[in-house]
Amino acid sequence: MLTFVGKRLVYVAPVAIGVSIVCFLLVHLAPGDPLSAILPVDATQETIEQMRAAYGFDKPLPVQYALWLWRVLQGDLGTSIATGRPVIGEVGRAVVNSLILASVATLIGFAFGTFFGFVAGYFRNSPLDRAASAIAVFGVSVPHYWLGMVMVIVFSATLGWLPPTGAGPDGSGNWRPDLAHLRHLILPAITMSVIPMGVIARTVRALVGDILSQDFVSALRAKGLGEFGVFRHVVKNAAPTALAVMGLQLGYLLGGSILIETVFAWPGTGFLLNAAIFQRDLPLLQGSILVLAMFFVLLNLAVDILQTALDPRIERG
Amino acid sequence: MSPETEPLVKVENLAVAFRGGVRAVDGVDLTVRRGEVVALIGESGSGKSVTLRAIMRLNPERTSRVEGRIRVAGQDVMALPKRALADFRGRTVAMIFQEPLLALDPVYTLGRQIAEAVRRHEGVSEAEARARALAMFERVRIPSPERRLDAYPHEMSGGMRQRAMIALALACRPQLLLADEPTTALDATVQIQILLLLRELQRELGLSAIFVTHDLGAAVEVADRIAVMYAGRIVEEGSARQVVLSPQHPYTVGLLKSRADGALAKGARLVTIPGSPPDLARRPPGCAFAPRCPLADEACRRDPPVVSPAPGHRAACWRVPGADAAEPAQRADAA
Ligand SMILES: Nc1ncnc2c1ncn2[C@@H]1O[C@H](COP(=O)(O)OP(=O)(O)O)[C@@H](O)[C@H]1O
Ligand SMILES: [Mg+2]
Repeated sequence: MLTFVGKRLVYVAPVAIGVSIVCFLLVHLAPGDPLSAILPVDATQETIEQMRAAYGFDKPLPVQYALWLWRVLQGDLGTSIATGRPVIGEVGRAVVNSLILASVATLIGFAFGTFFGFVAGYFRNSPLDRAASAIAVFGVSVPHYWLGMVMVIVFSATLGWLPPTGAGPDGSGNWRPDLAHLRHLILPAITMSVIPMGVIARTVRALVGDILSQDFVSALRAKGLGEFGVFRHVVKNAAPTALAVMGLQLGYLLGGSILIETVFAWPGTGFLLNAAIFQRDLPLLQGSILVLAMFFVLLNLAVDILQTALDPRIERG
Repeated sequence: MSPETEPLVKVENLAVAFRGGVRAVDGVDLTVRRGEVVALIGESGSGKSVTLRAIMRLNPERTSRVEGRIRVAGQDVMALPKRALADFRGRTVAMIFQEPLLALDPVYTLGRQIAEAVRRHEGVSEAEARARALAMFERVRIPSPERRLDAYPHEMSGGMRQRAMIALALACRPQLLLADEPTTALDATVQIQILLLLRELQRELGLSAIFVTHDLGAAVEVADRIAVMYAGRIVEEGSARQVVLSPQHPYTVGLLKSRADGALAKGARLVTIPGSPPDLARRPPGCAFAPRCPLADEACRRDPPVVSPAPGHRAACWRVPGADAAEPAQRADAA
């Protein structure tokens, strides 16, 4: 198992390097000059050249990359143009907020998704299955920003039960585990959970149907196991795949939640990316993308390892 | 009848129909005495597996309809409530499946799968259950049994897996063993070893067994009696000697011939009788074998009578001497 983890880490290294190169090039590939956002419009050619030299833009690309990477490895992602604060701090806080929202949403989605998936898989082609599958299809196909707005209209604007936006009452963006902050978490988390709920429900339904149709289930009944005993085997057979899908969903939510975070003004990475794009804050954009991409790479690694640990059939070599 | 003389298994007029109209089993009578081994032979699709599964009520409840009477060890299987049925399965009757790789849970170790059955039926501790699993592994002669208990099914060879399956089936000391083509998925040399092991264990434990195979050689090897199945019915039944030495039904004669022709070919299958079995959803009246039978004539359009040429020997055919005088068989659909 340890050598397996070691090997996986070796496989991950080139991916991580590739990701960093793409992030680095992003600034150079983006339309317009990276300096144009900070230079006055009427800057002379001379000033521009001075600035280029100051930022190191006059050196060859590989050298620039090496210097940039060296700073990144020391935790220096540059300074946000919009706020003037270090990018690493901004990104770090946003990552924590996104992680909180995405994990709570994934857990909710996983709980309901596995429940609906098991019901649908066990009672295939029955009205129960159709009802559970309809919920799953709703989950993956409803536009979630629209759902988010509906939630805000119903539970905040009309009923006044829950706050519509922000991570907490003080608007600081620092989430704390207290009741006031929890109330802020409810609406975005439920809205966001609808996607993993649908995906996991469909995955589990297919898994359970497949497992139940296998010979070994007959054999389990033949040795005298009751429905509950068989159920335990079904769960253990479904777990590796279901958990892997859950892990990947967590990753998607972390990276792909721009719309929901924007609707709820949730100060996470999606919200941050949105702000960085619209303010042309390139250091911030680059830093957020790099951190998110690395996170995704590591998450894939974790899912891989987890699945291997749970499923004895996967080669551990 | 007293429990001593009552046969262990008595199946009467068993019929199994699947949704969609397939009558896979259509009026089967089968008796197995204590300590007796009955081989059920016939071409693929003749309803052998469905018959075996019916004895444990393993056919899918939602898509099949089962009729007839099944008594095993004094219990009316068809009337058992859920809980009693689960106690009956694995404890009174155990099954060995054709393909052990598919019949074992891929994500549980073999030791746990056996221990689970033992604990389910005997309520013993985990340690005792594991000790039993180890004893069973030794009994079926799996080398380095201690280590193999912690192996997963895919880590073992086909022969070892089938031994483990046998250990699992016999772990709770059942009275009746149902073996559904236990050697078909194995290499020829391994087949013989497994067959010998099964026969040895059956004798030592005084088991009754129904042994499904389409290998007549294997049937003769292990069985006291042979029942020949065709299109959901038993067309001939008798002691192994009677069936092999004086076959009555033209289908049995065909099986024996095809065996004689291809006896030495590896994995010889019983497919050399020309033609194919009838569609079980639309079975014609009369003898189902008639369209393929060299002896068929007008009479065969009516259900054949059951004739007994010798004590303990029965055949359902118009061409058996004495058939004209016999009463037509009572069938599930005729009643
Ligand atoms: N679960 C099922 N649903 C529908 N048809 C089935 C099912 N199981 C078996 N059958 C049908 O019953 C017939 C007999 O099958 P089986 O008993 O498996 O034959 P065999 O003699 O080869 O063991 C076949 O036509 C098969 O298609
Ligand atoms: Mg079969």
